[in-house]
Amino acid sequence: MHELPVTESILNIVLNHAKNHGVKKVLAIHLEIGELSDLEDEWIQRYFDYLSKDTLAQGAKLKIKRTPVVMECKSCSRRFEVNIKDLYEMKCPECGSVDCTLVSGKEYYIKSMEAI
Amino acid sequence: MDDIKLIEVKEEIFSDNKQMADGLRQRLARDKTYLLNIMASPGAGKTSLILKTVDLLKDDFRIGVIEADIDSMVDSKKVAAHGVNAVQIRTGGFCHLDAAMVTKGLNAMDLGGLDLIIIENVGNLVCPAEFDTGAIKNAMILSVPEGDDKPLKYPLMFTVSQALVVNKIDYLSIEDFDVDALRTRALSLNPDLDIFEVSCKTGQGIEEWVDWLRKELETFLA
Repeated sequence: MHELPVTESILNIVLNHAKNHGVKKVLAIHLEIGELSDLEDEWIQRYFDYLSKDTLAQGAKLKIKRTPVVMECKSCSRRFEVNIKDLYEMKCPECGSVDCTLVSGKEYYIKSMEAI
Repeated sequence: MDDIKLIEVKEEIFSDNKQMADGLRQRLARDKTYLLNIMASPGAGKTSLILKTVDLLKDDFRIGVIEADIDSMVDSKKVAAHGVNAVQIRTGGFCHLDAAMVTKGLNAMDLGGLDLIIIENVGNLVCPAEFDTGAIKNAMILSVPEGDDKPLKYPLMFTVSQALVVNKIDYLSIEDFDVDALRTRALSLNPDLDIFEVSCKTGQGIEEWVDWLRKELETFLA
């Protein structure tokens, strides 16, 4: 639903880096997006194709890596990955506590880009 | 043929918004104005909760309300009728508020001397969760008719909120809604979440919610 402003933001950051590095064309962009995000990969690409027309990033492919939901147990500090479907039944595999904090899974990160 | 270069970008996609939101929080800390962001689905009772809250706090605190709506002025008129300063932001199709839009809303208000500004975000459990508005705290409302399974469908919203108001508990007798299951589900995503069970219609539970906000304000303004 909010892919458009997200995509705009990606494009602005990428074009900024493209300008600073004096590149001719951006070929691919590597993103890391947390599993908790509702963004649809296909729609980000579609919006990106639309917004990037006539820019250095026209035609660039978005390569999206989903970063898993990782929790940390408050009692024993054990870190563990949780499948998003199992969030309800989530408990620490070490001590069984359900009192845990979210360590990752909310990322919105542009890691790198490939360019010529 | 040109060689392909790999350029490290290492930037948060929302870095601009985050920066603006952090700047806004600093400004609010200087001005001693507490900003509360309220998020919920359409019809969960955002405006009703704001009106109840305003009525109970307006004798002790100076309050303003920012109403966000895709394209109407209905809510701000209702709020202004309760005697508080209200600004309507029409998001023009956008499904959320971001820090830039909130800054505009604040600039349209006479901030001087306001203790509390409540933002009524756009009715939606998805998009508003992704955008930092610059608020000091986020509160979300879930109403009983929506169902107790919402933490599974909208986990992000439950992790970015510090308070969860379960509204329309007067419907509990006719709905298949398990409050304990909801608590377990919400707390497993966010163990620090403060949960309040209220009915804006009957007034049940409103006091506890308002006490939470009153304590927040007293700490912030001290």
